[in-house]
Amino acid sequence: MAKMTKEEVIEVAHLARLAITDEEAVHFADQLEAITNAMELLNELDTENVEPTTHVLPLVNVMRKDKSIEGLPREMVMKNVKEHEGGQVRVPTILD
Amino acid sequence: MKLADKTAKELQELLHSKELSIADLTQATFQRIKDLDPKVDAFLALNEEQATKQAAEMDQMEAGERGPLFGLPIGVKDNIVTEGLETTASSLILKGFNPIYNATVVDKLREAGMVIVGKLNMDEFAMGSSNENSYYKNTKNPWNLETVPGGSSGGSAAAVAAGEVPFSLGSDTGGSIRQPAAFCGVVGMKPTYGRVSRFGLIAYASSFDQIGPITRTVKDNALLLNAISGHDEKDSTSANVEVPDFTAALTGDIQGLRIGVPKEYFAEGVSEASKQAVKDALKVLEEKGATWEEISLPHSKYALSTYYILASSEASSNLSRFDGIRYGYRTEKAGSLLEFYMNTRSEGFGDEVKRRIMLGTYALSSGYYDAYYKKAQKVRTLIKQDFDKAFENFDVIVGPTTPTPAFKIGEIIDDPLTMYANDILTIPVNLAGVPAISVPCGFEGGLPLGLQIIGNYFDEETVYRVADAFEQATEFHKETPQTWEGAAQ
Repeated sequence: MAKMTKEEVIEVAHLARLAITDEEAVHFADQLEAITNAMELLNELDTENVEPTTHVLPLVNVMRKDKSIEGLPREMVMKNVKEHEGGQVRVPTILD
Repeated sequence: MKLADKTAKELQELLHSKELSIADLTQATFQRIKDLDPKVDAFLALNEEQATKQAAEMDQMEAGERGPLFGLPIGVKDNIVTEGLETTASSLILKGFNPIYNATVVDKLREAGMVIVGKLNMDEFAMGSSNENSYYKNTKNPWNLETVPGGSSGGSAAAVAAGEVPFSLGSDTGGSIRQPAAFCGVVGMKPTYGRVSRFGLIAYASSFDQIGPITRTVKDNALLLNAISGHDEKDSTSANVEVPDFTAALTGDIQGLRIGVPKEYFAEGVSEASKQAVKDALKVLEEKGATWEEISLPHSKYALSTYYILASSEASSNLSRFDGIRYGYRTEKAGSLLEFYMNTRSEGFGDEVKRRIMLGTYALSSGYYDAYYKKAQKVRTLIKQDFDKAFENFDVIVGPTTPTPAFKIGEIIDDPLTMYANDILTIPVNLAGVPAISVPCGFEGGLPLGLQIIGNYFDEETVYRVADAFEQATEFHKETPQTWEGAAQ
């Protein structure tokens, strides 16, 4: 049985770019531990010689023609952007 | 007889004979929504101005240009993007998002002449089985307003069950069309993976997600699937296979049909009433000339764990696009770019979404990848093989859609594992990618039960034929909830 610690949850949350409080981390640790323990049921099965399924249909290399197509007009693309200037998206400071 | 009692064919006849105009039908639909939705809470946004304008224009078109769905109203699940109509996937993180293009299915609805009346509530990003994970509101089950409509397409199923609209679109990743259809006593189809384009469906778990129709009758369901199916070069996972006329399969003839009934679908946790309703349904199908046999899908009990590992992993990747930069919610509290991302996402996502993002991130992280993600992909193969073997000897697989009827709002929302178990009978179908329908087959304590009919890859025709034969022989689909009578139209 895997034990999920508060520290592990904080680490995973950071990887997923989620800010969580210590209190939330404890709560999620309990829930995620119960869920991952339930998932260990899969270890009953011997899957040594089983191929993984990534996709159910036999599709390979679906490609379009190498031809340029027009993109969306810039003002349309900016329609849902909260802050923009001169056709560019404004973001917080990246480098100090 | 109210307009809400009519099938697509009956409505079309009224439009054709000019007894009813599309403008009148559209107006009556909005009136019925206004009368009933304060109780049911199925709709998030209404498209009244555009729909009214569209209806008036369509009334001017020649009768010769009209298909079977022309002028008929439909509601669309809120994770399907609609140009100029707010689309949130029931999440705060997409509040105010106005898509700049239509999903392929939405373009197809418009081509068929359907009038989109609004967007339907759901569990946030389609993660949930009760609609309680919506940021905006709880949709109620029209059969009992204290119970959930199911999820994640709960708004889509409830709106059809209450007769607010005759048609809706839902999406099904682990049972999200069939489970709410069963809970609300309507017909819900999850097509074969790849049958319907996912372009413009806000992705949850891309190798499982599939859009499908929810209606009150099997025939109407087949009509709507006709309209939305087909290969789409904008979705590289859509299948380039021929789309038959699904309504042509509704012959009523199931003589010689071979039905497999998996013993695992009658295991612990499945209510006696649910088991009995399926046994009664098998008798009905037998009387029509089908035969059935007990079979085994031996890996069924591993499906739930497999699904939650794989779907959460895919979700953790898909949902990384929501960063507050280009659209949607954006935090007020941020110094650095990293804080901006983290605060936007933790303020914008609800708890269930965070749980699945973290679970997926964990399962994909170094050191756990083989133990969880790769292991689950291998078990997925075993589950798929169970179905492949069964379809060598049987035309369809039949069982209950859900272990129990709808539960009370608030009853299990704080217990994720119990909530996940709702989908124990629908999830294996998504892991394999085969099509399946839920049709009404009985009641328990005044709440509907669903019969699940599962077919082989791209054989929706047989699924529909069996569902229609069952519907013709029974009266369950004619029952309406008490809420139904709460409107004049």
